[in-house]
Amino acid sequence: MTTIESVPADTSDTSDTPPFLAALADWITSTDHKKLGRLLAGGGLLGLLTTIVVNLLIAVERVDGSGAALDVDSWSQLITAQRVGLVFGAGLPLAAGLAVAVTPLQLGARSIAFPRLVGTGVWMWFGGFVLSIISISANGGFGGGDPDMVDLFLAAHGLMALGLLSVGVALVTSVLTTRAPGMTMRRVPFFAWSTMVFGIGLVLVMPVFVGTLIYLFVDHRSGTREAFGGNDGIATWAGWMFTQPATFLLAIPALGLFADLLPTTFKKRTPLRGAVFAGLSLVLVSALGAVTQQIRFDVPWSGSLLYIGDGDDVREKVNDVLPWGFFHVLPIVGAGILFLMAAFLAKPEKDESGQTIRPNITAAFLFAFFGYGMVLVGMHGAAIEPIVDLDLIGTVFGEAVLVYVVYGAALGVLGGLAYWAPKLWGVELDLKKTAPLALLGVGGVVLASFPHYIAGFLDQPAGLAYDDSDLQIWNIVVLVGHALFFLAAFAFVGLLVSTVVGRDGSSAPDDPSDGHTIEWATTSPAPTDNFVDVPAITSAEPMLDLRGASASDQATPNPGGAS
Amino acid sequence: MEALPAGAPPAPKNQTLVGATLASVAILMLTGGMLGVWAVQRRQAIDLGQSWLPSDVTIPEVPTNVMLIAFIGVVSFAHWASWAARRDDKANTVFALGATAFVALLIINAQAFVYTQMELPISQGPYGAMFFAITGTFIAVMIGGTIFSLVAVFRVAGGRSDRHILAAHTLVWYAIGVAYCGIWFLVYVTK
Repeated sequence: MTTIESVPADTSDTSDTPPFLAALADWITSTDHKKLGRLLAGGGLLGLLTTIVVNLLIAVERVDGSGAALDVDSWSQLITAQRVGLVFGAGLPLAAGLAVAVTPLQLGARSIAFPRLVGTGVWMWFGGFVLSIISISANGGFGGGDPDMVDLFLAAHGLMALGLLSVGVALVTSVLTTRAPGMTMRRVPFFAWSTMVFGIGLVLVMPVFVGTLIYLFVDHRSGTREAFGGNDGIATWAGWMFTQPATFLLAIPALGLFADLLPTTFKKRTPLRGAVFAGLSLVLVSALGAVTQQIRFDVPWSGSLLYIGDGDDVREKVNDVLPWGFFHVLPIVGAGILFLMAAFLAKPEKDESGQTIRPNITAAFLFAFFGYGMVLVGMHGAAIEPIVDLDLIGTVFGEAVLVYVVYGAALGVLGGLAYWAPKLWGVELDLKKTAPLALLGVGGVVLASFPHYIAGFLDQPAGLAYDDSDLQIWNIVVLVGHALFFLAAFAFVGLLVSTVVGRDGSSAPDDPSDGHTIEWATTSPAPTDNFVDVPAITSAEPMLDLRGASASDQATPNPGGAS
Repeated sequence: MEALPAGAPPAPKNQTLVGATLASVAILMLTGGMLGVWAVQRRQAIDLGQSWLPSDVTIPEVPTNVMLIAFIGVVSFAHWASWAARRDDKANTVFALGATAFVALLIINAQAFVYTQMELPISQGPYGAMFFAITGTFIAVMIGGTIFSLVAVFRVAGGRSDRHILAAHTLVWYAIGVAYCGIWFLVYVTK
């Protein structure tokens, strides 16, 4: 077993096969991580657009809190579709797809570890997602009325979870075993590190989720439905997968992308790389919240945060606050480290010639920055929600937190697709067209989420109906927010597709962003085996070193005149 | 700008072993998660003053204990295969792997025997559904491990003596053994 495996060239004779079928077969059977990653991310984009449509339907339904525009019986299906779509339809495949497509390039590997396992995982996710849509639309899902469709819903989620588990195993193994010569763990790019953390999270969380699904399936299928309450118990026992802190997992690659883009944007080396690694890893404690199936923390305020009392009160206070602090505050601390690094790197500095170094703000950075911000706001909301005295539990506040986290992570992934488009498709997205989409997207996320933070404090219940007509304005704003985010995501997909379809060969330079990491050392688009020669790594910023060496060579006079 | 210099050929790394470690973690998380839910349900039933194990059900302890003891054999044979492979001893490797698969099949058979002895209907309350869910998952994991052993047998018999795969094979059987220890203690001993 060697570190880097070459992918054999496709020598199959397809001369008698129609080009479309040959291309289809090539994509279906591909073990090229770039194709698999694009498939998964593409599926995630479709899932994202579909989920936004579901969110729009819910928002339309909420415009009139006392009336029903849709069939009331379909409300639980809408809520189910929203939760499933946000987590398994959009968030997880987008994050995993970008990770699969880019991580081996960042590591200097010719292939992802266990490429066939990844291919199987991608198609398991796809099959599971299609089956879950079918089951939800046919009255399955949380509290669904058709027993067979409820069983199908549970099985479909098992399929998706196992598929994502396969992807997680491959991602972690890739980072641990396929790094280029000289790339120690301290020199691993931040995004690749974040995908390893994300992969570990999948390995820890998905088996527990599958175990819960097995219980629910057997209990429901066998007809007893006593242990878990049948279809109504699905949300109780498996709901932890669709809420915070479990959903922080899918935001980890978006945070890693932000950390990766900061030094490139501000044209500096990252100080204290270990702190950034620790920050990204701290978000993984949310996985522990998931595997212990935390769904509510119920932190009592008791009049004052500083109120402690004595004796049993102290013990009770600590028992209440400790898990909440562990699972909700530590991820914020982890993500907050990136903010400190951003503030440090953004400090203006002058180069050797006395010129102020101007940051290279790209559309990808805008997407990543806004995505990071939205995820951070979502994390703070998740930390506030369990405080019992605020009465936010059971209101739309929780839904707003989920939308912040998933839409924020999706913004980050869109930034990643824009950033690495030269390597994945051989095209460079037009900054003037892409940057406004980032602004439109973040505007959409804020409008789709923040009004429900307010409505949560005003006691709007988590369902679709409400009595207080004063709440209507906030729900109308949420409708506008989802519509804006749909426009941004749809326009981004349209721009990407039109740019890729309309390209004439490779239109992108090899290193258009002056990147620091070694994926920019290969051609655009990257060849099947990623690199002609796998480069040797001597620092965490090899491309920055190379540019520095080239500049020194040009500045140094050649006294001998020899070439 | 010049290109980065090409690196030296990378040193071999244990990709299969790392993958097997992660698979082992997944097996332990799967079983641990299920046992956690089992413990919660059992505690809730007891707190309500109900009997968790149905009064007309008796767990046959002999085969469950034998299964636990048999796991000592499984991991010993798996270790033997790994040890023999390091010495390029093909005959011992194939025999040890075959013995691993055989004992694993015996454990699956013992689990089926437990089912027949208990005569527990799957629809008998919360206990019945949960018992078959957790032990059925264990059988599925055992079948996966057995297939791993059989594939390793054919690979070695065919002349492919990859030591990392046999080390990974041993690791996976350790993980399955630990998972069964948890099931044995919580489901069969604590009841």
